Amino acid sequence: MVVDRRARIGLRVLALAYLAALLLVPVAVVFYRTFEHGFGFVWDSITTPAAVHAFWLTLEIALIAVPLNTVLGVITAMALVRSRLRGKVVLQTIIDLPFAISPVVIGLALVLVYGRNGWFGGWFADHGIQIIFAVPGMVLATIFVCLPFVVREVEPVLREIGDEQEQAAATLGASRWQTFSRITLPAIRYGIAYGVVLSMARAIGEFGAVSVVSGKIAGETDTLTLLVENRYQNFDVAGAYAASALLALIALATLLLMLRLRPRKDQA
Amino acid sequence: MSLGIATLWLSVIVLIPLAAVVAKSTDGGLGAFWDAVTNRQAIASLRLTLTMSIGVAAINAAAGTLVAWVLVRDRFRGRGFINALIDLPFALPTIVAGITLLALYGPNGPLGVNVVATRWAILMALLFVTLPFVVRSVQPVLMELDREMEEAAVSLGASSATVFRRIVLPNLVPAILSGAALAFARAVGEFGSIVLIAGNIPFKTEVASVFIFGRIESDAVISAAAVSVVLLLLSLVVLVAIRSLGRLGHGGDAADGR
Amino acid sequence: MIALTDVTKRFGDFVAIDNVSLAVEDGSLTALLGPSGSGKSSLLRVIAGLETPDEGTVEISGRDATRVPPQKRGIGFVFQHYAAFKHMTVRDNVAFGLKVRRRPKAEIAAKVDELLRIVGLDGYQARYPAQLSGGQRQRMALARALAVEPEVLLLDEPFGALDANVRAELRDWLRRLHDEVHVTTVLVTHDQEEAMEVADRIVVLNRGRIEQDGPPRDLYEQPANAFVMGFLGPVARLGDTLVRPHDLRILGEPRDGALEAQVARVVHLGFEVRVELELDGGEPLTAQLTRDEAAELELRGGDIVWVRRPGVGETSAETLAA
Repeated sequence: MVVDRRARIGLRVLALAYLAALLLVPVAVVFYRTFEHGFGFVWDSITTPAAVHAFWLTLEIALIAVPLNTVLGVITAMALVRSRLRGKVVLQTIIDLPFAISPVVIGLALVLVYGRNGWFGGWFADHGIQIIFAVPGMVLATIFVCLPFVVREVEPVLREIGDEQEQAAATLGASRWQTFSRITLPAIRYGIAYGVVLSMARAIGEFGAVSVVSGKIAGETDTLTLLVENRYQNFDVAGAYAASALLALIALATLLLMLRLRPRKDQA
Repeated sequence: MSLGIATLWLSVIVLIPLAAVVAKSTDGGLGAFWDAVTNRQAIASLRLTLTMSIGVAAINAAAGTLVAWVLVRDRFRGRGFINALIDLPFALPTIVAGITLLALYGPNGPLGVNVVATRWAILMALLFVTLPFVVRSVQPVLMELDREMEEAAVSLGASSATVFRRIVLPNLVPAILSGAALAFARAVGEFGSIVLIAGNIPFKTEVASVFIFGRIESDAVISAAAVSVVLLLLSLVVLVAIRSLGRLGHGGDAADGR
Repeated sequence: MIALTDVTKRFGDFVAIDNVSLAVEDGSLTALLGPSGSGKSSLLRVIAGLETPDEGTVEISGRDATRVPPQKRGIGFVFQHYAAFKHMTVRDNVAFGLKVRRRPKAEIAAKVDELLRIVGLDGYQARYPAQLSGGQRQRMALARALAVEPEVLLLDEPFGALDANVRAELRDWLRRLHDEVHVTTVLVTHDQEEAMEVADRIVVLNRGRIEQDGPPRDLYEQPANAFVMGFLGPVARLGDTLVRPHDLRILGEPRDGALEAQVARVVHLGFEVRVELELDGGEPLTAQLTRDEAAELELRGGDIVWVRRPGVGETSAETLAA
């Protein structure tokens, strides 16, 4: 469609202005504000014991939740695409739920199940395992919110490649595991990689659910996101900015990875 | 076998916890459920959440379509960069999103405006986190759109505006709607980006998720669960709507022949 | 009626149209014929205004239209893949141009119904394009283009996406439609049979240039060069010359100027018989005979025969030195 030049430029300006006001300028201001006091200050701020602990905790939770979710996500995607079953729509809807549910509700749900008075909480307490107000609970919350990512990225790829190759492998004598590891997995690896990147970003950025589930015991169950809130509420605005900047950098790295991987995964 | 594992996984992680919420909400009987849900503060928070979410979905439906158009049809330096940036709200932690908006539009912001503890803060936070939904939903459809339809319309005498209105837009509507629905679903539950900047004043700037959080902290668990069930139902309805939208817009194709 | 003067169009480094001048007569049906990349579609789009030439001018009905946008050129355009408005009914598709011109509702309704009757889609008003076959969609597209009573009708490989027998039917139908409606029509095609059957005049394009321009018979019988000859019909190569296989005479006895050849294969194709020969030096040669001619000669594989070249007044063309 040949849009005349003035209209084209007008639309462009309008769109860019909206993006600038909402996205670009605020992010720029955060970075400016953060480094306003000098790089040294920022460094000190993110290397306090609390910050360091928060960093490792965040990483620990992500490194448990994401691989678990990836494996189960691939299995789920295989189940959705390769098995014959009516009512897959129900499964699909359940998988989509974490996108649409408030993180606070997720936290509440986990407390109700695994808390001391919860459905399973009693059993865990009797065996000396603490879920809520401890790391396991936070891991569960993280898994919940990351659930859809790997499935939704792998599913279309699986659908697209079809199962003919897998059938051929079977006729050639390959076992189920061999077929999977040598035929299926290589075909879906970029879909998996992309899903993993999205999950990691989500895991690191999770706030609402872990907020409810962690009990916010400073220095013990504060993740990086909880640290940001904590600092802000305690009027350490500069400290909050510093931690935010760190998280923003991780987010930008995520974007870069997404950019790299997207064309590869779309080629299937 | 994989189906069995998948079902077990989904049940343990998702279904059982959600079932617990539903169960808890009726723990005090239906009367207690009703009281919790019709509590004035609860209703205020739900109403605020709904109006904000619908508003944001509508605004970003328009803005998102505009942005998608410019990204697909226009050429300018930095287009790739801007395109990548659209995903930032997906990648950025919500709490950081809140702080980011605060940096520009909060106290000590360079512009001199301060939206803290106002409804504008909620609006902006929600616009931020829901921005990518419509854009990413519309972009692929726009890219696949048969340009020849537009050329045909032009050859028949239609102006650019008419071509957009009568040819392009109708073909984008399903994508815009599903993107807007996703945005709505996300906005309804949003917590992290709002909690720092909205002030959370009951009846004024307290959204449903913040209200629920407050109930949990006050150990009013049944009340929290009850309002949560309302949000859950809303989410479910929207999800089902989106799925069925995906099924519309697929016409059959007659075989080529005569 | 349509006059292109010194038109050149480039896409980056690629020259799609190379200094082409062309005049199309009022009421005629002209075919732009050529292989892919010859520039024929680009030329059509330049006439339509969907592309702007880098050099040269376009005149339509005596007015300079070079910078005029397509909306205002009074053209009708039909696309290879129909470009149907998927989200509108057949009726709304055909009515579109009239609605854009704000014609009164009654007038639009009457015109749409009449056009659908003419193209044989009466009764399909409420269907959607997805419910039509390819041939039906293309007829709808034609009705749509004709609804606005264009001065010029432009068709870009309109039957290219259709089955062979549908193509043949629509070709025939287009010619009869043109005879009835008399709109100046320009048709782009890569199918020489289509061009020969339908057009009053054929313009052969190759690599952005016009190779030859004239009535179908002239182009077939007096090709300007080897390219035109090869494009418009079958050719057989005799040394450095191209000849038409059906112009070769096969004789049972030697004659002055006739070449000796051995029959490799005789293929019976219904009314025609194709005789694959091998000349003295081993070069292959294909001749075409009628069934009766072949019966008379009683040819069989391995026979030695003599081949006489076409004489004066028969078609041949010099190839470029190989």
